[in-house]
Amino acid sequence: MGKKSYGSPYFVWMSIFIIVPMFLVLYYAFTIQTDQGMVFSLDNIKRIAEPLYIKVFVRSLVLALESTAICLLIAYPAAMILADKKFSKSTTFLVMIVLPMWMNFLLRTYSWLSLLENNGLINKLVISLGFERMQLMYNEGAVVLGMVYNFLPFMILPIYSVLVKIDNNVIEAARDLGCTSFGVFKKITVPLSLPGVLSGITMVFMPAISTFIISRLLSGGKVSLIGNVIEQQFLVLGDWGFGSALSLVLMVFILISMAFINKGSSGYEGGIL
Amino acid sequence: MKNIIELKNITKNYGDFTALDHINLEIKEGEFVTLLGPSGCGKTTTLRIIGGFEDPSEGQVYFDGKQINETPANKRSVNTVFQKYALFTHLSVYDNIAFGPKLKKMESHLIEKKVKESLRIVNLEGFEKREISTLSGGQQQRIAIARALINEPKVLLLDEPLGALDLKLRQGMQRELSNMHQKLGITFIYVTHDQEEALSMSDTVVVMNRGKILQIGSPEDVYNEPKTPFVADFIGESNIIPGVMKKDLLVNFANHDFECVDKGFKPNEQIDVVVRPEDIHVTSPNTGMIQAKVTSVNFKGVHYEMTASCNNFEWLIQSTKFRDIDETIGISIIPDHIHIMKRESVNG
Ligand SMILES: Nc1ncnc2c1ncn2[C@@H]1O[C@H](COP(=O)(O)OP(=O)(O)OP(=O)(O)O)[C@@H](O)[C@H]1O
Ligand SMILES: [Mg+2]
Repeated sequence: MGKKSYGSPYFVWMSIFIIVPMFLVLYYAFTIQTDQGMVFSLDNIKRIAEPLYIKVFVRSLVLALESTAICLLIAYPAAMILADKKFSKSTTFLVMIVLPMWMNFLLRTYSWLSLLENNGLINKLVISLGFERMQLMYNEGAVVLGMVYNFLPFMILPIYSVLVKIDNNVIEAARDLGCTSFGVFKKITVPLSLPGVLSGITMVFMPAISTFIISRLLSGGKVSLIGNVIEQQFLVLGDWGFGSALSLVLMVFILISMAFINKGSSGYEGGIL
Repeated sequence: MKNIIELKNITKNYGDFTALDHINLEIKEGEFVTLLGPSGCGKTTTLRIIGGFEDPSEGQVYFDGKQINETPANKRSVNTVFQKYALFTHLSVYDNIAFGPKLKKMESHLIEKKVKESLRIVNLEGFEKREISTLSGGQQQRIAIARALINEPKVLLLDEPLGALDLKLRQGMQRELSNMHQKLGITFIYVTHDQEEALSMSDTVVVMNRGKILQIGSPEDVYNEPKTPFVADFIGESNIIPGVMKKDLLVNFANHDFECVDKGFKPNEQIDVVVRPEDIHVTSPNTGMIQAKVTSVNFKGVHYEMTASCNNFEWLIQSTKFRDIDETIGISIIPDHIHIMKRESVNG
C-alpha cells in the first residue's frame, strides 16, 4: 500500500465537505438569475459596497477585535497562574475553565439571557437594593460579553500550553544574568509564549467575526453583525447570490487577518494553523 | 586571601529527602574549586544554593563576608553555566551572549567587541547570527559558557560545563577555562563527574557523596591521602584491602607483612589499605612480596590493565609490562604507596 491510499479518505472527505461547497459559494456569488438562466455577474459583489453593509462589516470587525483583545487581557494572566508550578490547585482551575465548554453553546448563551434581561437576576438584585433598572442587554456591550465568555477558553488553552513548556532553567538563566521578575516576563516569557498568543488570537478572532447566534440572542437582533446579515440572506430573503458574496468577502477578510497575524509570528517557531 | 563564599551548616531537604546534609565549605577569592561526586550527591543543589535559585532549609550562605540568604539571584555577583545549557531559543547566539551586558546598559560597540572575544574563547568565531536550534549540543554548551563568562562575575558556577564535548574539544576547553581563570582572577566553582578533569584543573577538590562532604583538599591530597574508602575509590581506581596494623610502620594485608609509613594506630587495629593500581610493581614470581595469578588483561593505550588474584582478592594493576592470563606474577609495593585509612563503622 502506498502512502497515497492512506490519505484518500481525507481527500474524499475534503472534496465533499470543503471544496464542493467552496465552489458553490463562488458560483452563487458571481452569478445572477435572469431570463436566460444563471449568468455571470459582479452585481452581488458590488452591492456589498453599499454603506449599510460596509457599516456592518466595520461593526463586526470592531466587536471581534474588542472581544479578542479582552480575551487576551484576561487569558494571559489566567494562563500564567495555570502554568505556575507552585500553584498546586491548577488542575482544579483548569477544569473550571474547561467545564463550561462541555455545556452546549446555546445553553450557555441563554443562561446569560436570564442574568442580563430587563427582568433578569441582576436587575432584580439591583432593584431590590433600591437602584434604577439597568439596560444590560440589547447593546454591543452584551454582544462583546457573550463573545468573551464563549471564546475565552480558546485563548487560555493555547497560551497555557506554551507557557507550561517554558523550561524553568531558562527563567533561572535570565535571573542569573541580572533580570528582575518583570525583565524575565518581558524578555523571556512573552517572546517564548508568542506562538500560543497568536494561535489564541486566531481561535478567538475567527469565530468572533463570523458569529450570528451570540449577537442575535444577546442583542435581541438590535446589533446586526455580518453573520446575521448572511443568515438573513439565506434563510429569510432566500438571496443565495448575495449571501454567498457576503460569505466570500468575509472569508477573504479572515484570510487577510490571518496573513497579517502570521506575518507577526514569522521568525518564531511554529506559527499558527 | 579572604573567603569569597562560605557555606555554614547548609542543609537542604526536599520533603523527607535530605539532598544536602550540614555542608560546610569555605572558598577563597580566585580559587578554582571542584565539586566531585557521583550522580545525585547534591552538587547541582550546592551550586543552586550559591546562585540563589534554592533556599537552604538550614544554614547560611556568605558572600564576601556578608550573609546573602535573602539576596535574590539577579542581585548576586555570581553567574552560572547551567547543566542543561538553558539558552534562550528565541534569541540569536549574539543576543544570548550579549544578554547580560545589555542588561547592564553597556555601550553597544563594547558589547560587540566582548561578544566577539567570548566567541573566540569558546572556539565559535563567526557564530553570532546563528539560531540556537541549529547548534550541536557541544556548541550550545560552549555558548552557555560564553554567555556567563562575558559578565566577568566575581564567582562563576559551572555545572558540568564540558559534559557534552568530545575528548579533544574538552581538553582544549579545559585549557581555555584554566587560562580564563588565571587571567581574570574569577573564582570558579566547578562541578564534574570526571575525576581526571577535577584533579588536573582545580586548586581544591571537594568530594561529596549522598549530600555530605567527605573530603576537602588539594588534588594531590585527595588522591594520595584519601580519608575514606569511598574517596579512594571515587578518585581514580584503587585497591582497597582490609588489613591489620601490627605496629607502627608495619601493616598486614593479603597475608603478608608490609612496611609502611603510617603510625599512631592501636596495636592490631583493623584498618583499610589503599593501593593505587599504578603503584603496584609487577615482578617475577619469586622476587615479589606476594604472588598472584593474572585473570584478565586489557590494553589501555599507555599501559596494560590487569587483574590478578591472590587469596581470593582481585588486584587491579596497571603496568607497562605485558603478562598473559594464567601467568603467575610477583607483586611488590613500596612503603610510600601504601595508604592506611581508619576503618569507619559506616563508610561514605
Ligand atoms: N526539586 C527537587 N525535588 C526533590 N528532589 C530533588 C529536587 N532537586 C534535587 N533533588 C534530589 O536531590 C539530590 C541531589 O540532586 P543534585 O541535582 O544536586 O545532584 P547532582 O549531584 O548534581 O547529580 P548529577 O551529577 O546527576 O547532576 C538528588 O537525589 C535529586 O533527586
Ligand atoms: Mg547536577
